[in-house]
Amino acid sequence: MSTISIPPAAGSPGPAPQAAAGDRARTRRGRWYRQPTLMAGLVITGLILFLVIAAPLLTSYNPDTPNFTATLQSPSAHHLLGTDQLGRDTWSRLLYGGRTDLRIAFIAVLLPFVLGTIVGSVAGYFGGWVDIVIMRLVDIVVAFPFFVLVIALVFVLGPGERSIYIAISLIGWVSYARIIRGQILVAKRQEYVAAAQAGGLSHVRIMARHLLPNVISQAIVYALSVDIEQDILAIVTLSYLGLGIQPPAPDWGTMISDGQNFLTTHWQLTTIPGLAVVVTGLGLSLLADGLADLLRLGQS
Amino acid sequence: MTTAAPNRSVLEVIDLHVEIASRRGVVRAVDGVSLEVPAGHAVGVVGESGSGKSMTLRAVLGVLPPEAKITAGQVLLDGQDLTHLSNTQLNRVRGPKIAMIFQEPMSALNPVMRVGAQIAEGPQVHLGMNRAQAGERALDLMRRVGIPDPERRYRAYPHEFSGGMRQRVMIAIALSCDPSVVLCDEPTTALDVTIQDQILRLLTRICRESGTSLVFVTHDLPVVAQVCDQLAVMYAGQIVERGAVKEVLTRPSHPYTLGLVRSAPDVDRVRTSLVAIPGSPPSLINPPTGCRFHPRCSFAEQDCETTMPPLKPISAGRATACLHYERCLEALDTLGADR
Amino acid sequence: MAFVIHRLVLLVPTVLGVTIITFFMIHLIPGDPARTILGIHATPRAIAILHAQWGLNRPLVDQYWLYMDRLVHGNLGQSLYYGTGVAGLITSRLPVTLWLIIYAAILAVVISVPLAILAASRKDGIRDHAVRLIPLLGLGMPAFWLGLILQSELSVRYRLFPVTGYGTGFAGHLHSMFLPSLTVAIALCPVIIRSLRASMLDVLGAEFITTARAKGVPATRLYIRHVLRNAIIPAVTVLGINIGFLIGGTLIVEQVFGLPGVGSLLIQSIFARDFPVVQAVALVFGIMVVLVNLLTDVAYATLDPRVRFD
Repeated sequence: MSTISIPPAAGSPGPAPQAAAGDRARTRRGRWYRQPTLMAGLVITGLILFLVIAAPLLTSYNPDTPNFTATLQSPSAHHLLGTDQLGRDTWSRLLYGGRTDLRIAFIAVLLPFVLGTIVGSVAGYFGGWVDIVIMRLVDIVVAFPFFVLVIALVFVLGPGERSIYIAISLIGWVSYARIIRGQILVAKRQEYVAAAQAGGLSHVRIMARHLLPNVISQAIVYALSVDIEQDILAIVTLSYLGLGIQPPAPDWGTMISDGQNFLTTHWQLTTIPGLAVVVTGLGLSLLADGLADLLRLGQS
Repeated sequence: MTTAAPNRSVLEVIDLHVEIASRRGVVRAVDGVSLEVPAGHAVGVVGESGSGKSMTLRAVLGVLPPEAKITAGQVLLDGQDLTHLSNTQLNRVRGPKIAMIFQEPMSALNPVMRVGAQIAEGPQVHLGMNRAQAGERALDLMRRVGIPDPERRYRAYPHEFSGGMRQRVMIAIALSCDPSVVLCDEPTTALDVTIQDQILRLLTRICRESGTSLVFVTHDLPVVAQVCDQLAVMYAGQIVERGAVKEVLTRPSHPYTLGLVRSAPDVDRVRTSLVAIPGSPPSLINPPTGCRFHPRCSFAEQDCETTMPPLKPISAGRATACLHYERCLEALDTLGADR
Repeated sequence: MAFVIHRLVLLVPTVLGVTIITFFMIHLIPGDPARTILGIHATPRAIAILHAQWGLNRPLVDQYWLYMDRLVHGNLGQSLYYGTGVAGLITSRLPVTLWLIIYAAILAVVISVPLAILAASRKDGIRDHAVRLIPLLGLGMPAFWLGLILQSELSVRYRLFPVTGYGTGFAGHLHSMFLPSLTVAIALCPVIIRSLRASMLDVLGAEFITTARAKGVPATRLYIRHVLRNAIIPAVTVLGINIGFLIGGTLIVEQVFGLPGVGSLLIQSIFARDFPVVQAVALVFGIMVVLVNLLTDVAYATLDPRVRFD
């Protein structure tokens, strides 16, 4: 049935209503492998992960032991990327360094994720003064530049891997808290929450079983992309300064720092680890963009 | 198609085709539309949403959305074909020769620019006025369109105005460079009924005073009756009937127009019933064969499905695209007997 | 004006919170805070003095009051390494850091805005894809690495710029600070380009742009007075959010380029275990970010007339 008095939509009229429904069907979840961004991200990240995990298979050199007979060599058949000033094989150090950095970064995301999600849920769900207090705390932590806090904390706790975990956890939770809180504020108005409350379910149960599964997706995307990337950069920067991974353990940051005196002669020592960081970042960004697109398409 | 009075046409649309690229296929939003706008007259274009009437206006001015394109036809403004002009060339025509008023004045005005500046922009760009002169002109225009206290309002922002006032601003902008044609895309639809009336009177008065032609697109029949003297009815991207407003509305010669007239609430007379047109608008990607209205038409016959009826003149100044238009006139007479 | 005052008042709890956190840093370290502060200068007498001055045997709340009292009087403590007042150290080095931040912000805008316009005006074209590649690469790039490479190529190899240092006189500063500012700017560009492009695309789809086009407004004027003018509003907010990132980035760049700024002071003090300086610098940075956020809010209100009339 149609009468003339239906007000037309503002702006230019699009194609007829029947056309739009078909569009949506075509880009549903089932076609995730057709998304170029997502695929590119998966390929790059997958490749990097493969390379670092399979490190022992891909190189026979020990990344830590110096070899003073073979210092500062150019790339050759024996040493794919040459050696550094202590005669250590660059390719090995690259792979094992990646192992260290990525391992730490992946672990370092977990605690802030969990902590932030819990705090954000509580703030968003209960609202009121709980929310106000928590958000004030968030504002204060956010007031410090991320890196300034990290570096100050590492100073206080002493350099090394453990400090990195603690420092990142103490600061990194805020982003998750904000994201989850925002999502919960919207989600808790939905009908199914009222239904659950009417059914006499406890707050914790509602938050954990009903709300969270629906809101967690954005936090996961953030974790996988922005946060891991930020952590990798923080770890690499700290190590460059000498406050992170302590030598002789291999890591991209120390490699850059070691190589900086030889930039004009053996540029690969500093450039290649940096490129590794950039490419890893690229893979993660593409992955995140692809995931975000996918989620948006699945929701519409 | 000649009109009743031998006025020269200031705007002529000849067999215009506009296609929109979409994922499901090509949408033929405007499929062979021809219009003539005589100088000093107001031509109404009426139809449902999706009939292509807004697209026609935008195609004339060259402000189609990026997915849409003019694929055939001409738009002659004072003899010059606009479809072959580049955007830069078009920019010289927009404003001084032809202007447009939009439906939603809140979203159609730049929220961070003062109202006076927006009105003055046209004269600055096109008429070579400096800021002071353009400002004077803007104040003048504001008075003409009935905005109270223009000196103070000049420095205000759009969100400080009411809906009716904003539409007056839009009218001032459209008139700022003295165009010969003003295209109106549902200018009163988003307004209160009382304000609607004021704006319509304003439009009619100003255009009569300056001899500007109007092309008035709307879905609202009473509005068209108030403002326009000529009327074209659009359905599924095509014009199905055209003629003088009074004639078309009192004696429609196309089943669709008949349906429109019967479904429009009429304030003056009490109708026995509001009759809605059954069915829904057709897909513009795969329109029905033959006459596009035939699936919903109660007078449809065999040939309606196979032949695409052309827009044929039936008397001086009237044309219709129905093969069996006499049935409409018969139906009207019987309806009249019912009252 | 009332708006600014209103915002300032809201800031007070945050600023207080910042002071609380910096105050607490000292207590995170295991052991006697006085011993930590004094480091190698920890004689029993010095420890006793510090205990008295800071009230280290009194409840935390009292200690905090004493801390705030010292702060308000401009006393940020004594540097263990330099032996002079920390406040003086910081004020002498602050101009360098401010130079870096402002110069970097200007460069970032100069680079990002045209690129964003380029991308938004031809959406999904080749230029758009090329510009969108920048955030993808840039977000993962360590600023110091980029700085090292720029330094090595342009300063060492081609001698276009001084390798390190601040330079003298305005022109000298412009010259010496160019590479470090460029490094920070490039680190900032991805964020600006991404958000500006997105907001421009939003604006381009708006009705009032069609009105402007229908008025015959030529392309340049359209983009600047209509598109950009509206698109900067959300972009300014995004910039404000990332300002912490910008300020943090200056730390490492100062170190790489040997700039005598507050950031390099922080790093040196960390290596020298000069706790009072670390604490004071953290505080200064915190307050800086808070102030910049205020500036962002004010800028937002200036740019968007709809907000002002609240």
